[in-house]
Amino acid sequence: MNSALTVFWKEVRENLRDKRTVFSALVYGPLFGPIMFVVLMNVVVSKQMSHAEGPLKVPVIGAQYAPNLIEALKQQGLVPEPPLADPDKAVRDRDTDVVLRIPADYAKAWAKGEPAQVEVIYDASQMGSSTPRERLEGMLRNYDRQQGALRLLARGLSPAIAAPLVIGKRDQSTPQSRAGMMLSILPYFFVLAIYIGGMYLAIDLTAGERERQSLEPLFANPVARWRILCGKLGAIGAFSLASLVLTAVAFTIAGYFLPTAKLGMAFDLGAAFIGKAILLELPLIALFAVLETLVAAFAKSYREAQTYLSLLMIVPILPSIVMSVMPVKAAHWMYAVPLLGQQIGVSDLLRGSPVHAGDIGLALVCGFAAAVVIGIVTAFVYRSERLAISA
Amino acid sequence: MIEVKDLHKAFGEVKAVDGVTFSARDGEITGLLGPNGAGKTTTLRMLYTLMKPDSGQVLVDGIDAAVDPLAVRRRLGVLPDARGLYKRLTARENIEYFARLHGIETRLMHQRRDKLVDALEMRDILDRRTEGFSQGQRVKTAIARALVHDPRNVILDEPTNGLDVMATRGLRAFMRNLKAEGRCVLFSSHIMQEVAMLCDRIVVIAAGRVVADETPDALRAQTGEANLEDAFVKLIGSEEGLAA
Repeated sequence: MNSALTVFWKEVRENLRDKRTVFSALVYGPLFGPIMFVVLMNVVVSKQMSHAEGPLKVPVIGAQYAPNLIEALKQQGLVPEPPLADPDKAVRDRDTDVVLRIPADYAKAWAKGEPAQVEVIYDASQMGSSTPRERLEGMLRNYDRQQGALRLLARGLSPAIAAPLVIGKRDQSTPQSRAGMMLSILPYFFVLAIYIGGMYLAIDLTAGERERQSLEPLFANPVARWRILCGKLGAIGAFSLASLVLTAVAFTIAGYFLPTAKLGMAFDLGAAFIGKAILLELPLIALFAVLETLVAAFAKSYREAQTYLSLLMIVPILPSIVMSVMPVKAAHWMYAVPLLGQQIGVSDLLRGSPVHAGDIGLALVCGFAAAVVIGIVTAFVYRSERLAISA
Repeated sequence: MIEVKDLHKAFGEVKAVDGVTFSARDGEITGLLGPNGAGKTTTLRMLYTLMKPDSGQVLVDGIDAAVDPLAVRRRLGVLPDARGLYKRLTARENIEYFARLHGIETRLMHQRRDKLVDALEMRDILDRRTEGFSQGQRVKTAIARALVHDPRNVILDEPTNGLDVMATRGLRAFMRNLKAEGRCVLFSSHIMQEVAMLCDRIVVIAAGRVVADETPDALRAQTGEANLEDAFVKLIGSEEGLAA
């Protein structure tokens, strides 16, 4: 194994001198996720907070027909705004989230004791419109119930007659599990860090070396090609691992900048979590190293390899997408599927649910087995005559 | 000692090497001469086991390249057509990388490296990164890297390609020195004068075949031409690709 080690050290040393590789593996990869995550969370949370608590500004059309209703809504935090000429268009164009319209015959129906109609105009397809709409509807329902109860009392009846059912809500989520939901995107950043961490190395060590014509002299040495491949894979894996560890550390630090208090959530990004998460991700380091090298070995040039590997970056996203579109119940067999197992495992760890040693073991064994299989294919490709010939 | 017996290699329809046989002896410089595209590089690539011949045999010091390619590579020092230095490493690191791949222990490695560095007069560039090296500096580094394991047999593919007069002269002296040390030196070239000046034996290749395998004098006698260049043109049957 001495020659593989020689290759390993040379590749590590050479690539530590390459600014682009170092930047993408050790700066961009590890920092991109946590920074984006913190910014996103803070923006989302502060927006939701302002929607949920601040005064609700709603343009009101026909306010003059229902002064009592408007007064009651004002007491609940509504700030009526001047009417709009075209409320439908305003809502569609996102000029406002929701508009309240009181028809001219409101007062007549109210006076007769008939159901009086008010209209809430909104666009359900607009993100962020649901919170103000729900708040407005809640205010209207409050007024509705209150006036209904008053009418019953006036006729000598108990308001309880009109409320045969009371719904009690018991949310079983814990602060940690709610945080886990918010953090379900985090496993993806881990996977991405591994992928990006090794990518430029994988390209450089195979497609790059061929393009610079140094593969031919290298193969003229009395070293079996699989040993050279082992050294190169080791160097790719080392950079991936460094990228992963830095990402994990960056997330721990990022944890302090998350608006957890505002959300009433708690999550554990401590050493125990990081240790287990890294253990779980280890097979992916091997898997991506062989996969990226295999792809780079097929590419005719550095740029071609870069294109292929950028396209291949979609693969680690797949489990995240599948899980968010089809929220399936986690089963033990899923740990046997590389990427899927890591997605589920890290999500569970974040939510504070225990992950069994058996499941981690299964993920490790299956992940490394897949890496070995692809590794053998890569070694086979590495033996081909074509690989070394640059011109 | 390098022996090549009836080598064949085709890429699809194109027969790049079509029955090449010759020997390169120890203590001699053998020149592989031929126009561009004659099959020189492909032949050499089969010698250092980068390519497998479709048929035929390669023996290096009596070892069959098809049977034990690692042992063959251990006995060869190769300057391939592709020089391919590592730009981000210094000349010294380039040389030491290959030495380590040969499993040479550190003390011996330093000894050999210093000897080559002096012989090639490259002390001044030793600790510079090879990025931005001139063609001559690159060839020197690549040769030092190829010979650091002290091989008995040396294969140089167009070693003087792109070198200026001074660098070429230096390289010729270096090759004569290798010969004097009793090594088997095999080099390819398409430049007549160079081959005539250096070689004990000339193997002329055209269209994938050996058309002559003689000493320079015998070659002149065989073709009846006093001038080697004319002899060469007569042998390959055209003036194509003869530009020096």
